[in-house]
This record gives sequence, C-alpha cells and structure tokens, in this order.
Amino acid sequence: MNCQRCKKNTATVHLTDIVKNEKREKHLCDQCAAEEGITIKTHTPINQILSHFVLQQAGAQELAGLTCENCGTTFVEFRNSGLLGCPNDYDAFEKALVPLLERAHGEGATHHVGKVPKGRTADSDQRQREIMRLRRELNQAVEREDYETAANLRDQIKAVERHDH
Amino acid sequence: MIIDDLTRRPGEWLSGTGPLSDIVISSRIRLARNIAGFPFLTKANANQRAELQRILRENIEQLKLDEPVYYVDVERITDLDRRILVERHLISRQHAEGQGSRGVAIGSRETVALMVNEEDHLRTQVLRSGLQLDELWREVDRIDEMLSARIEFAFHKRYGYLTACPTNVGTGIRVSVMLHLPALRMTGEMERVIRAARDMRLAVRGLYGEGTEAAGDFFQVSNQTSLGRSEEDIVNEFKHIVIPKIVDYEQQARQALLREKMVALDDKIWRAYGLLTTARTMSSDETLALLSHIRMGVHLGRIDRMSMGLINELFIHTQPAHLQKLCGEMLDGEQRSITRADYIRKRLAGEN
Repeated sequence: MNCQRCKKNTATVHLTDIVKNEKREKHLCDQCAAEEGITIKTHTPINQILSHFVLQQAGAQELAGLTCENCGTTFVEFRNSGLLGCPNDYDAFEKALVPLLERAHGEGATHHVGKVPKGRTADSDQRQREIMRLRRELNQAVEREDYETAANLRDQIKAVERHDH
Repeated sequence: MIIDDLTRRPGEWLSGTGPLSDIVISSRIRLARNIAGFPFLTKANANQRAELQRILRENIEQLKLDEPVYYVDVERITDLDRRILVERHLISRQHAEGQGSRGVAIGSRETVALMVNEEDHLRTQVLRSGLQLDELWREVDRIDEMLSARIEFAFHKRYGYLTACPTNVGTGIRVSVMLHLPALRMTGEMERVIRAARDMRLAVRGLYGEGTEAAGDFFQVSNQTSLGRSEEDIVNEFKHIVIPKIVDYEQQARQALLREKMVALDDKIWRAYGLLTTARTMSSDETLALLSHIRMGVHLGRIDRMSMGLINELFIHTQPAHLQKLCGEMLDGEQRSITRADYIRKRLAGEN
C-alpha cells in the first residue's frame, strides 16, 4: 500500500482515528508521518542499541577490545547477549555504557536517584570490590580443590563483609 | 505440596477486587537485586549458583512476612508444575525454561514471590488485585529493607543497584499493571494508546510479560526506565498519570459503545455466553476472548449469569497447564480443547 499523502513511498504507519463517530484510517510513509507531527518511537532492544548505536561511535574498535579483569567478560560477549558478567563490568565498560544508559533510560539519566542501602559508607564500593576479588579467588581455589586456601578465603570474606549483618 | 494446593483456586491477584478493578486486573512491582561479591548469573558456575541459592533461601525463610512463605526448588519440580507457576504469574517463562539451581519463594496468598537465580540473583515481586501501587511499593520496600539488613546487595555510587542487564540498573524497579481494555480494542483505538504509552517510555506487553504478544484484550503496561528517577517518582507516574488516563479512555470507549452500539455489544456478550455454555471444543485463545466479553458485560450490567468469581476461576483453570493438572493427565492440543469445553460447560451449569 502506498502512502496516502505523497502517493509514492510505501505506507509504514497505519492509524485509526475516530472523529465524530466516523472511523478514519490513515496510511502514511515514515517521512509524511513525521511531517504531520506523528512521532513514532520504537523500543529498541538493548542488543540493537548496542550494535547500531554504541558501536558506530568513534572508538568502536577500542570498545570491542574491552575485557573485564574480574570475570573475563568481553565487550563483544556483552554486545551479543545484552547481559553483563559481574558488577565490575559497569566500570570496565564505562565508556560504552554511559551513552547506552542514556539511550535506554533517557537523556541525562546516568546517575542513580532513589533508595540507597542503609549502612552504606564512603568505603562501601571499595569493600564490595574487595569481596569480589576474594570470592573470585575462593572460586578458583574450590575449582582446583585447594580446600585449605578456600577455608582461609572464606574467613577473610567473613571478616570483610559488613559487620551489622 | 504447595503447587497442588495453589492449582485449585485462583490467586489473590485475580480476586477481582481493589480500586478500578473493572479495568485494572492486577498491579505488580518487582525489584532486581544481586549479592555483592558474586558474578552475575551469566558468569556464575554451578557451585556459585548453588551458593547463591543457599544464601538467598536461608535469608528469605527467616523473614517475618505477613503470610507464610514456601520455597519451591524450580530446578527439581516437574515441567508441568513450572508451567503452573508461569500461568499464575509467580515466575517468568524465562525462569521456568532456565537451567541450573534456581527457585522461587511464594507467599501462601500469592501476593509475594521472590525469584532466585532468574536473570538477577534475586527478583522480589509483590502483586495484588486492582490498582494498589502505594501498598505494593510500601510492601516491596519493606521486604527489601529486611533483606538488606541481612545480605549486602551490589550497589555502585553512580549507577545504584547493579543488575545483569543495564536496562534494569539504578532502582532495579519494574512497575507493571495488567489492564482489561476490550472497548478500546473494539473501537480500534488501542493502537493509539500503545503508541502514546511508548512515547512515555513504557512497554506494552501481553499477559505473561516480556516477550509475549498481547493476548486478546489484556495488556500489561510497565516502565522501561529504572535509572535517573526515584522509585516513588516511577510509582507516582503510574498511579497519577499513566493508569488513570488509560482507564479513562477505556471508560469513555465503553460508554460510547453503550450509547451507540448497544445491540451489537449485547450481541457480542450473549454470543460469548452462548458459546461457553454449549461449545464442544474450545481453544485457550477463544476462551480468553469470550471471557473478556463477559467480564466487560458484567461490569456494564449487561449480563448477570456469571459471577466475577467464576469468570476469574475460569481464566486461571482453563489455561493449558492448569487444565492438565486438574484432570490429572497430560493431554494433547485437541484433547485439551475438548476437556476445556467440558470443564467450562460443567462449571456454568453448576452455577445456574
């Protein structure tokens, strides 16, 4: 079906309006719809935002080479699945994530506004990174069946975890 | 076992009560959380998944909630039971079809369900019938506070609560409201509502959330943004702007139908009743469409042959997994259609 307005392009926007009990259908192409002030914002899934938007920016090559030193997730893996590997990815992929977050959550939405866990202190982020490191080492120790080191690491994790728990 | 008990009755969220319940079927709020120090689930191995489930299960079981909570090991139950939980909106399809250690803690009244090891380590969900967002926010916040006092969640000074997918980061909140909009569909205005909702960065989905098409006249509206706005802001936008507006459109469309197309409307409603009371085969899609017409008919006072309780019971019990659980055997598609039609006729004959 061709656009009713320009009669040239294929109609991609289909609207039904009820005006004074009369049903009116409109079939327009994207361009004419835009000129008539009809906005269409489609919701792009995150993978699409990633491949079409983030990777087209300058420095895409550099982004593709990013790897998280904690969990080993590569930026390419994230791009393909839309899922991150660990909390540290937010720092490891920061360059790519900021434009992505703005795209997904709205312009300027790059900072958390809302509730904050009780008992959070200035060194909480640092402590969470420390627990992450210990847990990674614990996991490696368990995998190589080094239970002595594992037990030691469990004690260290207990010592670092928040005391009010 | 809890799933067998649940199967026999409709969930609390389908009780058909609560504010605006002629149009708002149910409201839900969920918070996505991950335990600090652990990788997200894409990078967690079997040991870590098991450890995460152990920590979460122990702590959830010690919470003092208003209703007793039962933990279901989703990995170990049958596929049919997993599908029952999906049909009752207690777990997502993704959780049912997932792999490895995972579970869900369900409140006995089904107003709370905490999914463990879904996309995030924990997804705390609360749900109720009708539009009750303030109550839900208070409740989910309270549960989150109690859990936060026991478990440290991954939190970043800039990005807030960290989640596996960056679309949930920040507050980790998703507010979803399930709406029954038959008149907007009949008058062809639904497309416009969906467009307007998308302009406000809201998602419009089908009955079972993510990845499902809108089934018949039922739509789930939810927020797409979780970063840069507070939880209260997001909840208030739903409560004061989004939902009242859609409800108002639907009410206007219903009134317009009553004024201008009363016979056509009554015809639809009574034909639906005729089919439900006499048909010998019935698909779940057709059942949903017919029950939708009757539900609207009851609210508009055009039919009084069915109570809201019975309509809600049929909504739940005619779904494929429930039907098979109730009749105690696995059925193929054709057998299900026959069993479903029989079940509906019997329940309707019993009521009159």
